[in-house]
Amino acid sequence: MILLTRKAEFSASHYYWSEQLSAEENLRLFGKCANRNGHGHNYTLEVTVEGEVDPVSGFVVDLKELKEVINRQVVDVYDHRHLNLEVPEFKHAIPTTENLAIAIWKRLENQIDGAKLHRIRVYETPDLFSDYYGEA
Amino acid sequence: MKAYLSRRYVMSASHRLYSEAYSEQKNREVYGKCSNPHGHGHNYVVEVTVGGQVDPVTGMVCNLADLDHCVQSNVIDRFDHTNLNFDERFSNEVPTTENLCIAIHNLLAEHFVHADLERVRVEETRNNFFEYAGKGKHGTSSSRS
Repeated sequence: MILLTRKAEFSASHYYWSEQLSAEENLRLFGKCANRNGHGHNYTLEVTVEGEVDPVSGFVVDLKELKEVINRQVVDVYDHRHLNLEVPEFKHAIPTTENLAIAIWKRLENQIDGAKLHRIRVYETPDLFSDYYGEA
Repeated sequence: MKAYLSRRYVMSASHRLYSEAYSEQKNREVYGKCSNPHGHGHNYVVEVTVGGQVDPVTGMVCNLADLDHCVQSNVIDRFDHTNLNFDERFSNEVPTTENLCIAIHNLLAEHFVHADLERVRVEETRNNFFEYAGKGKHGTSSSRS
């Protein structure tokens, strides 16, 4: 079994605010991320798949196909969008880095021919990132 | 659903790799220029990974401000702009980056209560880094399957 990782980038805006919390609690918990006018990041996405190397092609997956799936399922939907306002999965869930990793996993799971999704890593900044392995 | 959150911090410190158990010559053989008598320094990058269930209300594994505060007060405030050889943790131990990584893991394991500490990675330079996930655990998250 071998792991293969493809990176992609997207730029998006978001804010952190839970309707289940009071305004004071939101501000205390989320700090400047709770500013309702939003703010943005250049996100880096790493998609890691696992599989066996095909003895004929020498590939785990066709990288071009993987790139197309990532673009179609994730980048085209998230890039230059306001995540809270324009992406359906964040209508009720806060677009934290953790929830982004989980949402991207769900968007890509079972979409990649010949390989299994191993890990989704989302960098919000170079110093902050979240990993999801599909764990319950 | 369980997710993992990682955060990188920077601290600058000096150290000298020198063991009292070795002769001068043996220290020179083992540690090379790292045993130069007056020490030298690094900009260390400390990468802390915590894991846990994503809270359905906050969407977070833990509050980043709590993690920042814990790492700042227990690790950065202690080691940044210091000579590691003079820290009591290293009074009987060589402050290699392996030992620093274990020391930081132990400090955070003791003090961080808001999520599970999964791994500490310390980069001494961009080409040298060390990982510790606790006794008997594998330090590399990519080994998870």
